[in-house]
Amino acid sequence: MGKAPVLSLRGVTKRFPGVIANDNISLDFRAGEIHVLLGENGAGKSTLIGVLAGMQQPDAGEILSHGRAVRIGSPRESLGLGIGTVFQHVLLVPSLTVLENLMLGRGRASRLDRAGTLRRFHDLSQALAVSLDPEAKLGALSLGQQQQVEIMRALWRGEGVLILDEPTSMLTPQGVRELGEVMRRLRGQGVAVIFITHKLREAYEFGDRISVLRLGRLVGQLGPERLSAMNQEQATDEVIRLMFGSPSGHQGEAETLAGRGIRRRAGIIDRSGEAILRARDLSTVAETGECPLREVGFDLWPGEVLGIAGVDGNGQKHLAEVLAGQRMAAQGSIRLGGVEIGGTDVGARRRMGLRYITDERLGEGTVQPFSVATNLVMKEIGVAGLWRHGVSLWGRIHGHARERIREFDIRTPSERTPVGRLSGGNIQKVLLARELGSAARVVIFNKPTYGLDLQNTKLARDRIREGADAGLATVLISTELDELIELADRIGVMFQGRLAGIIDNREGVEQRIGLLMTGAAA
Amino acid sequence: MSRVAAGVLRTLIPIALALGAGALVLLALGADPIDYYAFVLRRGLLTWSGLQETITKLAPLLLISAGLIVAFRAGIWNLGVDGQFLLAAVVTAALGPALVGAIGRYPTLIVCALAGAAVGAAWSLLPAILKARYGLNEIITTLMMSFLGTSLANVLIKLPFKDPATTVPQTETLLVPDRLPRLFDSTIHAGVVLAVIVILLVHLLMTRTAFGLRLQVVGANPRAAVHAGLNVGRLTIATFALSAGLAGLGGAVEILGVWGTVRADWNPKFGLLAIPLVFLARFNGIAVIGFVFFFAVLLIGGESASRRMGVPTFFILVLVGLLLVFLALVEYLDHRRRERTKS
Repeated sequence: MGKAPVLSLRGVTKRFPGVIANDNISLDFRAGEIHVLLGENGAGKSTLIGVLAGMQQPDAGEILSHGRAVRIGSPRESLGLGIGTVFQHVLLVPSLTVLENLMLGRGRASRLDRAGTLRRFHDLSQALAVSLDPEAKLGALSLGQQQQVEIMRALWRGEGVLILDEPTSMLTPQGVRELGEVMRRLRGQGVAVIFITHKLREAYEFGDRISVLRLGRLVGQLGPERLSAMNQEQATDEVIRLMFGSPSGHQGEAETLAGRGIRRRAGIIDRSGEAILRARDLSTVAETGECPLREVGFDLWPGEVLGIAGVDGNGQKHLAEVLAGQRMAAQGSIRLGGVEIGGTDVGARRRMGLRYITDERLGEGTVQPFSVATNLVMKEIGVAGLWRHGVSLWGRIHGHARERIREFDIRTPSERTPVGRLSGGNIQKVLLARELGSAARVVIFNKPTYGLDLQNTKLARDRIREGADAGLATVLISTELDELIELADRIGVMFQGRLAGIIDNREGVEQRIGLLMTGAAA
Repeated sequence: MSRVAAGVLRTLIPIALALGAGALVLLALGADPIDYYAFVLRRGLLTWSGLQETITKLAPLLLISAGLIVAFRAGIWNLGVDGQFLLAAVVTAALGPALVGAIGRYPTLIVCALAGAAVGAAWSLLPAILKARYGLNEIITTLMMSFLGTSLANVLIKLPFKDPATTVPQTETLLVPDRLPRLFDSTIHAGVVLAVIVILLVHLLMTRTAFGLRLQVVGANPRAAVHAGLNVGRLTIATFALSAGLAGLGGAVEILGVWGTVRADWNPKFGLLAIPLVFLARFNGIAVIGFVFFFAVLLIGGESASRRMGVPTFFILVLVGLLLVFLALVEYLDHRRRERTKS
């Protein structure tokens, strides 16, 4: 490749208290190349983007734009250098139209230039080969389309460098394919695309060059020549080797990463007895911005894992909350072991063996300033044995916590440490320790591995598998198709609040789920 | 360095800094800071009459602080304690003289204390329901109810409860022999002991019981409380009732122990004074006793000093304000230092 890089990092280092987020990183980004940055959580990807997007200043090292050293002091300066960034979550105004969104933030105090904006919009539509209605309200578009608007906004000041931060995490398989098309088209027009992901398959499918980050360091790179000479298997092995040094010591993690875990066999569940959980005709009322449930029903048997797939925001949250008792259904019935529980509260359902592991570990799962011990008993405050006549027996509460910490291998300095100081993986272990116990019969997991590193992802998945093997009935809500295929016996798809087609998890399930996720086969 | 010692140091340094900055303000006012502080200390702490006054002042401040601690720990900003306090005081002052002839001294005292607590709690009912049912911000509603309560108290004194025997509008007076018993031949009344016991009980309630833990979960993360299956609405109403009830008890005790009557336009605004102290003590019931005592010394000494040295009483509030600022500053610097040593 003789092309000169349009953007380069030279020895960029960024420290935060206690960690070196980026350690002496040097990278070149070239025009007409899709450069994948691969790494798990905490590898330093986000910090690197922050530096390029002008949101963070490196402590050492320099950034070169077209060979010239530059200082990117603010997001505005970043845009001025032709670097556009699309963040993981959509940062647009849902109540405005596409065009109005694109007019936001252009210059100050100038009149809105409608005609000019529309011209540029059409140029970019052509460049991206997408067709969007400029007058459509943004909120009415699919997430994939909203992302296209984000990409337009990122490219608005010129097609230079486009940074995409884990852009596929919110998309359907179809949306991922379309994004791939857009990236290839932009590559053809000489845009330097930086594509951040932690999914190996996407890295191989879309990338011309793959750079692997681990613990803040650049640990290796696969250039276009080597990459094109490899098949997917070889490339995956090579990346895993880069990430772990040698693949042998980290077999489990590598399997998790590559999505090569054991698939559960469908059809081994004994469904002759009575279902332990029966949901019928569940509907909820939604507030603005939420997706309500619409007549959702399913049966779940002991030992079974029912996977719930779907793009985030299609009613999964309401489903989990209605089952757990945090939200009352407007209609419908839930029977647990033959008993109607639709009108009971969280505590009553918990005592009957129903458990809910929320996806919002910090938002609602824990009280961050409170100790690990307190968080472990938060759902049974006042229970006999740890309280006597309402008086807290702190000695016993702490003892109970030490047991759980040992059993679930929670890495914490002590049971008195505020839970907010633990890592995401350990906070998830606190939740698992709180919810999974001998009395559990039905467990609802909502995105149990969201935001976890590989090791903890594997641990959480093992727990789910072990639970099911021990006879727990499990509802597993996840946006990661790989995870569902690895763990679930049957998979249903949530689309716009409806639970479409619960199908057995067999070969070829991906395609059918992909269709159901877009509502095409509903 | 032990944690307790570090905590004490984190409190003493801001106090020293606040007194230092206050000295500059005194110089600007044309007063000699050393003279002033010495006078305040002598008058508020080192003379027997001053010390009695200081200790007597603890009763209403501690009871209000107890109410504030319950609310603040549960994440509810009950800023209407002054209205709750005053209404309870007026009802107590009306009830006391009317009852004492019929049922005798001690039954009267008990009925009045309970009535005061009930009136305080009742005055928080509307904000409590609005918060629990509709999520209405209680800062606004309790402040509004406080204004209304203060005005209503005035109306009550001037119309139905007015003592016909006086020209100045005030309630009938509960005579000294019928008031709360005095301790050891001093002017200190038994309400002070009650207040200390109450605040210790509140501290235990919040830190050592299931009920207290539930309130703290609601306060620290209401969504986690919902997730854990707590009845947030009922806990919210219980918090308001307890908090305002304690403020009301404070009003009753102040009348039963010190005044025996309420004059129109009497409003000591103890709530406003107690709020920063409760923050300084980080909602800790034991620590708040120390802060309230320190503040009472300043208050009693400062009142005398304003007459003797011409420094306005408001200067005491300036000192408390400075203390809050320096406490926050020291906290921040300490946090930064610890962050840095960790890395």
